[in-house]
Amino acid sequence: MQRIIAKRKIAPGIISLEVEAPLIAKKAKPGQFIILMTDEKGERIPLTIADYDRKKGSVRTVFEVVGKTTEKLSRMKEGDELFSFVGPLGKPSKIDKYGTVVIVGGGTGIASVYLIARELKKAGNNVIAIIGAKKRDSLIMEEEMRKASTKLIITTDDGSYGTKGLVTEALSEVLRKDKDVKKVWAVGPAMMMKAVCDVTRPHKVETIVSLNAIMVDGTGMCGTCRVTVGGKTKFTCVDGPEFDGHLVDWSEFINRLNRYTLQEKLAFDLYKKRTGK
Amino acid sequence: MIPVKERMKRSPRPMPEQDSKERIHNFNEVPLGYKEQDAIYEAQRCLQCDPAPCVGGCPAEVHIPQFIRKIVEEDLAGAYLEILKTNNLPAMCGRVCPQEEQCQKACVYSKKGKPIAIGGLERFVADYAIKHDAKEKLPETKKKDKLVAVVGSGPAGLTCAADLAKMGYDVTIFEALHKGGGVLTYGIPEFRLPKKIVEHEINKIELGVKLITDFIVGLTKSVDELAEEFDAIFLANGAGAPQFMNIPGENLNDVYSANEFLTRSNLMKAYKFPEFDTPIKTGKRVAVIGAGNVAMDAARTALRIGAKEVRVVYRRTKEEAPARAEEIVHAEEEGIVFDFLTLPVRILGDEKGNITGMECIKMRLGEPDESGRRKPIPTEGSNFIMQVDMVINAIGTTANPIVARSATGVNTNKWGYFTVDEKTCATSRDGVFAGGDIIRGSATVISAIGDGKKAARVIDSYLSSGGSLRKSPLPRK
Repeated sequence: MQRIIAKRKIAPGIISLEVEAPLIAKKAKPGQFIILMTDEKGERIPLTIADYDRKKGSVRTVFEVVGKTTEKLSRMKEGDELFSFVGPLGKPSKIDKYGTVVIVGGGTGIASVYLIARELKKAGNNVIAIIGAKKRDSLIMEEEMRKASTKLIITTDDGSYGTKGLVTEALSEVLRKDKDVKKVWAVGPAMMMKAVCDVTRPHKVETIVSLNAIMVDGTGMCGTCRVTVGGKTKFTCVDGPEFDGHLVDWSEFINRLNRYTLQEKLAFDLYKKRTGK
Repeated sequence: MIPVKERMKRSPRPMPEQDSKERIHNFNEVPLGYKEQDAIYEAQRCLQCDPAPCVGGCPAEVHIPQFIRKIVEEDLAGAYLEILKTNNLPAMCGRVCPQEEQCQKACVYSKKGKPIAIGGLERFVADYAIKHDAKEKLPETKKKDKLVAVVGSGPAGLTCAADLAKMGYDVTIFEALHKGGGVLTYGIPEFRLPKKIVEHEINKIELGVKLITDFIVGLTKSVDELAEEFDAIFLANGAGAPQFMNIPGENLNDVYSANEFLTRSNLMKAYKFPEFDTPIKTGKRVAVIGAGNVAMDAARTALRIGAKEVRVVYRRTKEEAPARAEEIVHAEEEGIVFDFLTLPVRILGDEKGNITGMECIKMRLGEPDESGRRKPIPTEGSNFIMQVDMVINAIGTTANPIVARSATGVNTNKWGYFTVDEKTCATSRDGVFAGGDIIRGSATVISAIGDGKKAARVIDSYLSSGGSLRKSPLPRK
């Protein structure tokens, strides 16, 4: 049981949750994730660690309401206890001094790249961050990202804020101007990460993506998160979640991501009906 | 006591079972357990041998003739206490131990093919205790100020922890999942081992030890860190990593590892979806690869979730199948089809990742291999396509490296299992012991229990002779 100590809506349908978890806070590193359950009948879902406070002993995650579990989570209040909260899981990002790096975050993926950007900047890198959202309202963590980067580029699909367009267009522009980009990190929806890889491939810039695979235990026990990387089967939970995006079999990954779409919709619809929302 | 001649004349009393036509539609237990008069009738057959060969066949060292005698005397609470002296998990052992290869095989009646149903009687006594909320307790021992950490709450970990607690040690079990029990909870289905029973026996052990769930040793804290806080450590983290065949198509959407399929169903209760949130797929035509107990569990679960046809695909014959005979019989009764001497070579799918079939090749048996079993050899040109839309891979599990990676000076072999002195369960690092599947690969619940008992005794002598991990310096890398 882990207590929710702060909960904040940071955009429509996007919530930031701070949870008391001293042992996890002590160990957490950029790129890692936790798995939580809302209640005894709940499912186990992975969420990236968006931030941690070692002194306070807390871990922060950010999620978007997309189904039953995230809806239930969004209805929990400060002081409520999560049935399960475990981590830190996965391999941390390789933080090093590379030179110029580009960090791309789309949607709630921004929360996943924040720590990576912050620690890369701390390590002395020139961090160009590109963050994107559908529209101004749904853009999250702008201020944090500004601090965590040397240069921040914002894009919105509808042009209501920053540059109109997709993060990939802004990335193309950066790569065209700056021939010295050493590494790119991209976290967001699968289609976005795939598109980022398509942009960076001709430039031969190493591109790290963080895969949001379906998981159950998160410790290498079930293999539901498996993905083909460079022709080999990897478990996202223990071998990842970060992989070289140029080597990921994206169509397989996206197929596997959609395995339970029907059941997820059914569960969400029933829940909304039952709770009258 | 009835006369020996009379006892020997009796036929074994079979345990009633749920009808196969009914049971494939529910998750209720298949063997129904003895009624009191039947248990007593069966117990009366026991010849009370001294020394008793059956005890030698039991890794949990259960006082078999003694507890059976108590049943005959209709002192069921006494029978329970007798079992509890050596075995902390009787309701589980009574159900999932392969008694036919252990205690019952050693029974003197076994020569005539009618051993005492020791497992059934053990289950009867344990169920009686649960039903009547038996408060029987062993005498309290003096508390000792030594701390022991147990990694993993499966049968090995639970047994070791309970035995050490009985000796007075302060024991903490660390469990990675949100529920204790390890394979008893995530692996073995409800119809073979009801979770209520598992919870009851774990709760009972929890009275004497601390069980910390959601704690992944290796990630939340390393073994090295635990070594600074505890006087001894028992590593019983199991062999939890699923193996795959490495054939094309294995990452298609509805290819499951048995671990995933069973964890969803058993631990997460996906068979009750959408009451429980975790989903599970229901293929119409399901192939389960492998013929061990896990394969039988997966096949029978698939059937209960709603599969129209379930096939077990195995490259050798029924003779070599590692599952308990009883499990294969149960699976056959339920209508599961067995394709022996058949090896999958490729799983076929469409561009959306749906399975459209599985290509297999027919096998024949050649000379015995290193395992002593006759080696299956492919018959060239015998390839055919099996019509399936879901595949469950149950070819076995292997070591998960998370725990071992965080344990300095604790050696593993080439498969990642801890290397131990078989007599003592001692690893290469003083004060660190290991047992269960993480030392030998996936085996049985009872062999894990045996290790747990052995390790508890050795840990006791290590600690009694002044050993202490937290007072020892970290070995050099």
